[in-house]
Amino acid sequence: MLYREAGDFKTSYAADLQTFPIKSERILFWAFTAVAFLVVPFFINDYWEKSILVPFLVWSMVALGLNILTGYCGQVSLGTGGFMAVGAFACYKFMTAFPDLNIMICILLSGVVTAGVGVLFGLPSLRIKGFYLAVATLAAQFFLVWMFNKFAWFYNYSASGQISAPERTIFGIAVTGPNSAPWATYLTCLTIVFIFAWVARNLTRGRVGRSWMAMRDMDIAAEIMGVSPFSAKLSAFAVSSFYIGIAGALFFAVYLGAAEVTEAFGIDKSFTALFMVIIGGLGSILGSFLGAAFIILFPVLLKNLMVGYLGWPTDLAAHFQIMIVGGLIIFFLIVEPHGLAQLWRLAKEKLRLWPFPY
Amino acid sequence: MNVEFLFFLETVLNGLMAGVMYALVALGFALIFKASGIFNFAQGVMALFAALTLVGLQTGQVPFAHLINAIFGTEVHHFGWELPAIIAIAGTLVVMVAFAYLFEGLVLKHLVNQEPIILFMATIGLAYFLEGFGDLMWGADIKPMDVGIPSGGSFWWEDVTREWAPEGSDYFGMYVDKLDVVAAIVAVVLVSALVAFSQYTKFGRALRAVADDHQAALSVGISLRTIWVVVWSIAGFVALVAGIMWGAKSGVQFSLSLIALKALPVLILGGFTSIPGAIVGGLIIGVGEKLAELYIGPLVGGAIENWFAYVVALMFLLFRPQGLFGERIIERI
Repeated sequence: MLYREAGDFKTSYAADLQTFPIKSERILFWAFTAVAFLVVPFFINDYWEKSILVPFLVWSMVALGLNILTGYCGQVSLGTGGFMAVGAFACYKFMTAFPDLNIMICILLSGVVTAGVGVLFGLPSLRIKGFYLAVATLAAQFFLVWMFNKFAWFYNYSASGQISAPERTIFGIAVTGPNSAPWATYLTCLTIVFIFAWVARNLTRGRVGRSWMAMRDMDIAAEIMGVSPFSAKLSAFAVSSFYIGIAGALFFAVYLGAAEVTEAFGIDKSFTALFMVIIGGLGSILGSFLGAAFIILFPVLLKNLMVGYLGWPTDLAAHFQIMIVGGLIIFFLIVEPHGLAQLWRLAKEKLRLWPFPY
Repeated sequence: MNVEFLFFLETVLNGLMAGVMYALVALGFALIFKASGIFNFAQGVMALFAALTLVGLQTGQVPFAHLINAIFGTEVHHFGWELPAIIAIAGTLVVMVAFAYLFEGLVLKHLVNQEPIILFMATIGLAYFLEGFGDLMWGADIKPMDVGIPSGGSFWWEDVTREWAPEGSDYFGMYVDKLDVVAAIVAVVLVSALVAFSQYTKFGRALRAVADDHQAALSVGISLRTIWVVVWSIAGFVALVAGIMWGAKSGVQFSLSLIALKALPVLILGGFTSIPGAIVGGLIIGVGEKLAELYIGPLVGGAIENWFAYVVALMFLLFRPQGLFGERIIERI
């Protein structure tokens, strides 16, 4: 009864083409958004901010970026950690070189820088594909981390090799640095993620997105139909890296506050992002969020269960956690290769027909 | 011979030795990729797991000791026996075969006909699983491995090479680790054995048939599933050999699983489907890395070993995407 298109008449093309064509879905979406923007900031505390909500938002952004590249354009990338590092270090350089520049502009600019780097490392994708490309992006991962480690200019010659975010404000409210309030950092991340998720959604169902998907499904056929592999692949790399760069900037400036490149942006980050995209669903905007939520929440839950409830030592819990995450990935691939987003789609189909079986 | 040239020679020699070690890992990749089209990311972790199991069996560790202690509040660690190396190796082999069998039955069987990228990601999942499982089973501390392989520099070779230097120069001879030499010999034996196996045995022929064409192989009565178990068992065996060599060199620890990442450029260079390619690629990468560290490293601040191999592989890809010995990629719509 809740989820029906019956009686929901479309009288214009715009209404027919909207993202959520069914009314109850629209209501659900806006209610969710309203809670996220208007209710959560009043109740958020330090624990929820630092260990659940902000990491979830930042990782959703990463997953969105990687999903554009891997899910929509079909180019597997293992260089996500490296691109996040580019975003973080670009943001740091902008913040320290131009102290008067608004932090939002810094973050956007670091996205632009990362997009440039992403295009550069995306160039091999014109010649190679599949695993070969995955290995090529690994080169980006190792090279970038090495570079940020080796050249002291990137971390302003600090003795520890760490970068730490100075305090910056939006409308007089601190959003980076140690004095930032939980609700301020949360709202900053939420706003950015909301806007860019909306952009991504519309990008992927427009002309550009369709050319990406054509490239993914069969590149040679797409080329014959007039999709230029050059612009399709490189634009996917650019947009994806832009998202990942912004996420990297948020990760460093808003979430961590201080970062050391090999620790914060190592290869495990690349895999984490890939897992999110797989578990959430390749080629789905909602899937990026679901995947990020799963990968962020699951270890927290497991840890609470094993360390808090069963009283096991933390190292044992950590091993268990790695094992279970690995096992779950295999499980998901076997049971539902299209991820959580597909489960949601199936649930919606069932709901539409309910209470009839078909 | 002047000293400079001797240094160069030493670097090349050590590079070759390092290359053999990379090739040992790359070999496992190539085997599985050739037979099932799966890019097995977990090869490195399999080597780690095999090495952990070997050490655990040899020193008589109680499996899952930490877990048992945590649940039942007991204090068990060791059975109190020491197995000879050869029995422990045999035991590990049994474990690896059992692992191959389980993996085929629980995972691969269900993923038939999925896209290669899905299979690739499944092996990443496997890598995580095995890593956690290995740590859970045998503990995460660094363990020394001793299976009786000689190690340390070879004095004989140092003496020989000292003679080559000009009179009066302070050259002390080349340093070559005996362990590396053993690894090189083992690699040669291993490759010859594998080639012989795939050329002259019934299983080997079936293996090559499956590699050529799954469906045709099925239609002449070759059981794909049996072949997969065999291939993964062989890969487990290669992982064990690599694990022994690397474990004896630097101790059995988590970083062992990262050698998989070292093997990737090797594969690209040699071609994913070629066994000789894995060896030649390994040698090229090994030598290239050491020479680059020696001659280019100082210019950019050193520590370029991490990514140099990848850049070489990348350059190479631009000119020859299928690798040195890979099969030419022909695409149809």
